[in-house]
Amino acid sequence: MKSFWKAVSLQRNAMFGLAIVGIFILMAVFAPVLAPYNPTEQNLEFALQGPSGEHWLGTDSFGQDVYSRMLYGARLALGIGFASVALGLLGGLIIGLLAGLLGGRVEWALMRLVDAILAFPEIILAIAFVAVLGMGTDKVVYALAISFVGPFARIVRSDVLQVKARPFIEAARLMGVPPFRIIVRHLLPNVLSSLMVQAGIRISTAILLESGLSFFGIGVVPPTPDWGLIIAEGRGFITMAPWISGFPGVALALLLIGLTLLGDGLRDAFDPRSGGH
Amino acid sequence: MLTGQSGPLLALQDFTLRRGAHAVLDAVTLTLDSGRTLGLLGESGAGKSTLAMALIGLLRPPEVELFGSMVFAGTELVGLPETQYRALRGNRIGLVFQDATASLDPCFTVGQQICEPLKRHLGLGPREATARAIELLTQVGIPDARSRLNAYPHQLSGGMQQRVMISIALACRPQLLIADEATSALDVTIQAQIMELILQQVRASGSSAIFVLHDLALASQVCDDIAVLYAGQLVEAGPATAVLGAPKHPYTIGLRSCVVELDSEHLNPLVGSVPSLNEMPDGCHFCTRCPDAIPRCSKERPPLITHQDRQVACWLVPELPTSAPASAPVSVGAS
Amino acid sequence: MNDALIKLLQTLLVLLIVSVVAFFFLKMAPGDPVMLLLGSEYSPQAYARLMHELGLDQPVTVQYLHWLGRFVQGDWGISYVTRDNIFKQAVLQALPVTLSLATLSLLMALALGIPAGLLAALFRGRWVDGLVSSLSVLGSAFPSFYLGIILIWVFGVELGWFPTMGFVRPWDDFWDGLYHLGLPAITLAVYYTGLIAITTRSSLIEVLNQPFIAAVRARGEPMVRVVGVHAMRNVMMPLVTVIGLQLGGLLRGAVMTEVVFAVPGLGQMITTAVLSREYGVVQAGVMLTALFFVAVNLVVDQTYRFLDPRLRAR
Repeated sequence: MKSFWKAVSLQRNAMFGLAIVGIFILMAVFAPVLAPYNPTEQNLEFALQGPSGEHWLGTDSFGQDVYSRMLYGARLALGIGFASVALGLLGGLIIGLLAGLLGGRVEWALMRLVDAILAFPEIILAIAFVAVLGMGTDKVVYALAISFVGPFARIVRSDVLQVKARPFIEAARLMGVPPFRIIVRHLLPNVLSSLMVQAGIRISTAILLESGLSFFGIGVVPPTPDWGLIIAEGRGFITMAPWISGFPGVALALLLIGLTLLGDGLRDAFDPRSGGH
Repeated sequence: MLTGQSGPLLALQDFTLRRGAHAVLDAVTLTLDSGRTLGLLGESGAGKSTLAMALIGLLRPPEVELFGSMVFAGTELVGLPETQYRALRGNRIGLVFQDATASLDPCFTVGQQICEPLKRHLGLGPREATARAIELLTQVGIPDARSRLNAYPHQLSGGMQQRVMISIALACRPQLLIADEATSALDVTIQAQIMELILQQVRASGSSAIFVLHDLALASQVCDDIAVLYAGQLVEAGPATAVLGAPKHPYTIGLRSCVVELDSEHLNPLVGSVPSLNEMPDGCHFCTRCPDAIPRCSKERPPLITHQDRQVACWLVPELPTSAPASAPVSVGAS
Repeated sequence: MNDALIKLLQTLLVLLIVSVVAFFFLKMAPGDPVMLLLGSEYSPQAYARLMHELGLDQPVTVQYLHWLGRFVQGDWGISYVTRDNIFKQAVLQALPVTLSLATLSLLMALALGIPAGLLAALFRGRWVDGLVSSLSVLGSAFPSFYLGIILIWVFGVELGWFPTMGFVRPWDDFWDGLYHLGLPAITLAVYYTGLIAITTRSSLIEVLNQPFIAAVRARGEPMVRVVGVHAMRNVMMPLVTVIGLQLGGLLRGAVMTEVVFAVPGLGQMITTAVLSREYGVVQAGVMLTALFFVAVNLVVDQTYRFLDPRLRAR
């Protein structure tokens, strides 16, 4: 853990990114405390008002407080981001391990399946799954998770193949260590480190995709305080009430930039030769 | 053997190269006459390759600072503007790198790369350049040269790649060829071939050569003169027979005894290792490992003096004029 | 050549699996197509009759084969909404639009990104480098739909430099078409420019450290040629690799941009189809993008061989 920290802290950009992401995580976690209003509380008399003392970032067309919605939006974005990546990671891990360890026909079949999933651009896959599963926060998470399984499975499998071939695994086997133990204690830790870096990079993609889907109207359902959704809602009022789309958009952009910096920094710290998967 | 008509081909006078706070090359003084071959000997980090790179001008301000003088065929290289230096590189001074595989552009054919200096320095048109390229490749012993022109570097073996490198370096018939560990990356059997090839080409054209080496045996076979570097300082220089046959400087003596004879019974390593740049002593850099060091060695740097038939920089070696008459030309500079 | 053949067969296999997935996806979609076509009132006999007509009473595998057969012949069904041939809609109308948008953006991105990356690498550590690197990170992370909205507001509404709506096909009227494509293309290009600049910069730095660059300089070649010819030629490979890897990102950006600017390309077609529950169109769009994606990846793969002589025939 300490060497991890040392490696990361050397990257100035990564630290900057970490600071930004940290702020958003705090926003997300403490949203209920920080938000002066309920994000879905409508006050139609106060609709479309600019930033003021009572509403720091103004109100939208339903009279909802933009500031509160922005805070809860952070919660939603990070929540969906982490959840979908975690699920995708799990799926990819299972498939990748099975493929890498079992080899032969199983590996071939699984990898062709993964190739098929990877044949679809992520966004198309996500849209397709939302079309089938329906809309809503949880559906979005599943749809994104499925589209992430492919890349993760590939990475896990190639890592497994690489680690499997290393002498110390052979040595462990020769010493009579039971296979399960080898997998858990020796194989997994080596595979996980590069996987974590990839997962970190994917979180920003996840957030971008989910806000994009919501923006199109095929992601989360209103009145859920999703940044993409709010930007879409505010779009019609861009000239007379630019704060509705403006502030959540800035928040989204900042979080994505922070995540990108952090992700790049992590990648440079652990594997400077890779140009991203 | 020829002596320079109007002076030596290459003359370094107190040439110093500083990188940051450290002097990687410390007041090196030596000369090279045309037609002679010089071996730069020393262990890793001695500054041999640095000197080679500085000579061809690939190591220059602002990355490093240069002091002193380096005169090549009458032109002062220290402070020479880049445009003029470029006219020398690949034209009057040629450089053969150690790792030929890494020194050839993988995306261009062998022919394209040989023709580059031909077109640039000699102004040859495509037809003439191709003809000359074939001539060069054949000269360095590459069979079927015409079809080889269209080959990419990775399609050739290590030995062939090095031959290509040599032909590129010799393309414009340079007056000085620098070979920086040119055979160290090759198999032993090929090493001998390549070395012989370089020597043959150099002798045939009457040009001079500087061989950067760490192998004493090879140096003694191939070089007319030897200059021994230790941690950036020149410690001994002179004809190969003198320097290697009867070395006077403790370092050279130590180097020679390190060479393992086929019938020797034990190894005679030199104790210790080269001090890091931060810990370099003020006087003679070798004093920390020298078995005969006296207190003066670590404080004052010994000057380069003539001792019999070579030049040495050591407090323990007295100045002795050349005993032999001037009929045997000595290609060593005076302090 | 054998290598390429194997690759092609594998690709076909993958496409086959893709088609299976796409077919079953449609099957899984909520809603009963028979009911949708019949409307609100119908008799069981009418239902059964239409079901038989549509071939929906056959076993699933047979349905799939029929569908596949129709698909490869270009019969993709009829859209409920537009009452138009889906194939015509997708391939002949939407696809070219998306292609022109993507191509224009890519060209812009290359024209701006490569020089930027070059400058950043050559002046590494100085302010030029910092500026290019920061802007590139900004560009590659910024959400395209939000950027689109901002650009529409600033350049379309406030400054009036570009049209904010309406689309003209470049093949109908080249300059007017280009004018309307301008803002969306710029939006999309921002993302890609950042990526290209970063890749060019890091690849160039790495290449310039290679021994053969010193060897080229040792021959007396001027820096212009060393960097412009030798170094850049070696940078092409990693650059194409990244462009190929990021095609998914390009498409994602294209979809978002199309929706924001109401450009009638594939992205807009698919998203509207999902909203109006036009699963036939969604399926067609999905298959088409997958096909295209696979094809482009194949082309990119082949380009590697061309760019790096070491990868060519043994």
